[in-house]
Amino acid sequence: MVAINPDEKRADLIFHALADSTRRDIVRRSIEGELSVSALARAYPISVTAVQKHVAVLERAGLVTRERRGREQLVQSRSEAIADAQRLLDEFEALWRDRIDRIGDLVAISETGDEA
Amino acid sequence: MTVTDVEKDPAALTMRITCEFEAPIERIWQVWSDPRQLERWWGPPTYPATVVTHEFNAGGRVAYYMTGPEGDAHHGWWRIVAVDPPNSLEFVDGFADENGVPNDAMPRTTTRVQLTSASAGRTTMVVASQFPSREAMEQLMAMGMEEGMILAAGQIEDVLAAVAR
Repeated sequence: MVAINPDEKRADLIFHALADSTRRDIVRRSIEGELSVSALARAYPISVTAVQKHVAVLERAGLVTRERRGREQLVQSRSEAIADAQRLLDEFEALWRDRIDRIGDLVAISETGDEA
Repeated sequence: MTVTDVEKDPAALTMRITCEFEAPIERIWQVWSDPRQLERWWGPPTYPATVVTHEFNAGGRVAYYMTGPEGDAHHGWWRIVAVDPPNSLEFVDGFADENGVPNDAMPRTTTRVQLTSASAGRTTMVVASQFPSREAMEQLMAMGMEEGMILAAGQIEDVLAAVAR
């Protein structure tokens, strides 16, 4: 399993990598399945070289890996790290939704006196 | 109340939840500022919270424990970073040992709460939480989720009935 390293430099790399909309889109597409640099270049109005630069930034941040297969360069998301964080945030969301429900109930009771 | 927006950023390890209440801002502020009200919603009915210290000022400390079904106690603390009644609150929260002493080995979360008057008698609340790392999130969830599981509607009704009594 790939962990997002908590150290700050790594966080900077990740923030920087995800600050660009093309790179975010590459991450999104790569989560759905591995794809080639040339396919990515067709998806955006930019050159293969420009795509490679974006991919390199993402790779440095640990968000994707690159693999050469024949003449193609394939980009694969290291989605385990992102998926784990996503799942944990989902659980945290459920916790806060419950708390918000209880606050709502509490203020409703004290407003009307007989909400229950 | 309605949750109107949830933004989760798995890369930045943040969650921001926005909701609206049919109550004036001062009323919503009370659920944070009054320890007796805070303990009615911080923990779920199966793990009710008891607030033992509640120093509601910058640098102040909040100490509480949650009591489980087996009588098991789970201690936690907040350190208030900033408080601006009735608009905003920022605190760091973490776990503590059985004597309520903060456990520095356990992860901490930073939470910012922002209240705004949406319209007459309505209040928008934004709760933004920041985790130090994914590992920390995992540790927190493992510890806290037994209590945080979505409750059966029946349990909520029991609580409301008890509170209304």
